Amino acid sequence: MTDGGDRWLDREAGPVVRPYALTRGRTRPHGAALGLIDHVAAAGPLVVDARGLGPEHRRLLHLCRAPTAVAELASETDLPLGVVRVLLGDLLERGAVTVARPPAVCTLEESVMRSVLDGLRAL
Amino acid sequence: MDSARYEAVAGAIAAPVVTKILIAGGFGVGKTTLVGAISEVRPLRTEEVLSEVGVGVDDTAVVEHKHTTTVAMDFGRITFPSGVVLYLFGTPGQERFWFMWDELAYGALGAVVLADTRRLADCFSSVDYFERRRTPFVVAANKFDGAPEYDTETIRDALDLDSDVPVLLCDARRRDSVKEILIASVTHSLTKHRAAAAHR
Ligand SMILES: Nc1nc2c(ncn2[C@@H]2O[C@H](COP(=O)(O)OP(=O)(O)O)[C@@H](O)[C@H]2O)c(=O)[nH]1
Ligand SMILES: [Mg+2]
Repeated sequence: MTDGGDRWLDREAGPVVRPYALTRGRTRPHGAALGLIDHVAAAGPLVVDARGLGPEHRRLLHLCRAPTAVAELASETDLPLGVVRVLLGDLLERGAVTVARPPAVCTLEESVMRSVLDGLRAL
Repeated sequence: MDSARYEAVAGAIAAPVVTKILIAGGFGVGKTTLVGAISEVRPLRTEEVLSEVGVGVDDTAVVEHKHTTTVAMDFGRITFPSGVVLYLFGTPGQERFWFMWDELAYGALGAVVLADTRRLADCFSSVDYFERRRTPFVVAANKFDGAPEYDTETIRDALDLDSDVPVLLCDARRRDSVKEILIASVTHSLTKHRAAAAHR
């Protein structure tokens, strides 16, 4: 395998990892669960109290200067989704990030489907 | 889940109009290749932890001594001039991964089940899943070198698909082929959507 080395040994059902040391063992975030395509944006630097934030928290803050999907943040940081959700929960709790949840219903609206279809055809 | 608190925060930034198409299928069938062929961003991958560990949280000692297994997830994005963003999520269709599919499938526009004609049985579980969930799906048979040349009706029979499920041949490495698959998927979803609306 190329990236990630032996973490991807078995590709799909990877080997064993211990990712939760970064979250001090927490497997669930405080507060609400973030969806994969919820968008997270860093609040202004003045708002952020950096005390108690680890390097991964800071990395996430840096990556979401513009609103970014949760799945994308997981990919960019190369951290498991569950870990990223916990870390983002920490940031959310202290007001360091804000979240927008794309309304799930709108994806099933005909206008959105048509727009996707037109977009694909024009690719 | 703490939705009241969440919604209060949610107003802070504007949510883009997003939608998603799921890419399912067995190992090595071409999911990563397909997503990478059309995504505007480099193919992204993340992983989700399979076994729920240390649910009693905050018990670092316990979690550190439990191993967790992960599953890879491919992730791609296409932004259209209209401002609508299409996300592609690819992950294995085996039953043991269905817990992940529930989140992925929620609100999904449609799904593509990738099939390898040398191992058609590998996609049974994906087909089952989307049938049960009533997520509109298409089947795309990836043309691997040396694979038997099946026509789409043979594949339909082998997978026992309903007559309205589109079956296509594709090459997941080629962008124009992937584009056709996605167009077929959205067209099928739109047809289903309209049929359902007419029934109401
Ligand atoms: N001949 C051929 N090879 C393909 C096609 N799609 C994928 N492959 C190859 O099959 C292998 C597995 O593909 P991959 O995308 O990693 O499968 P995944 O496990 O479903 O993500 C890779 O070596 C690809 O280059 C295809 O349409 N035709
Ligand atoms: Mg893959």
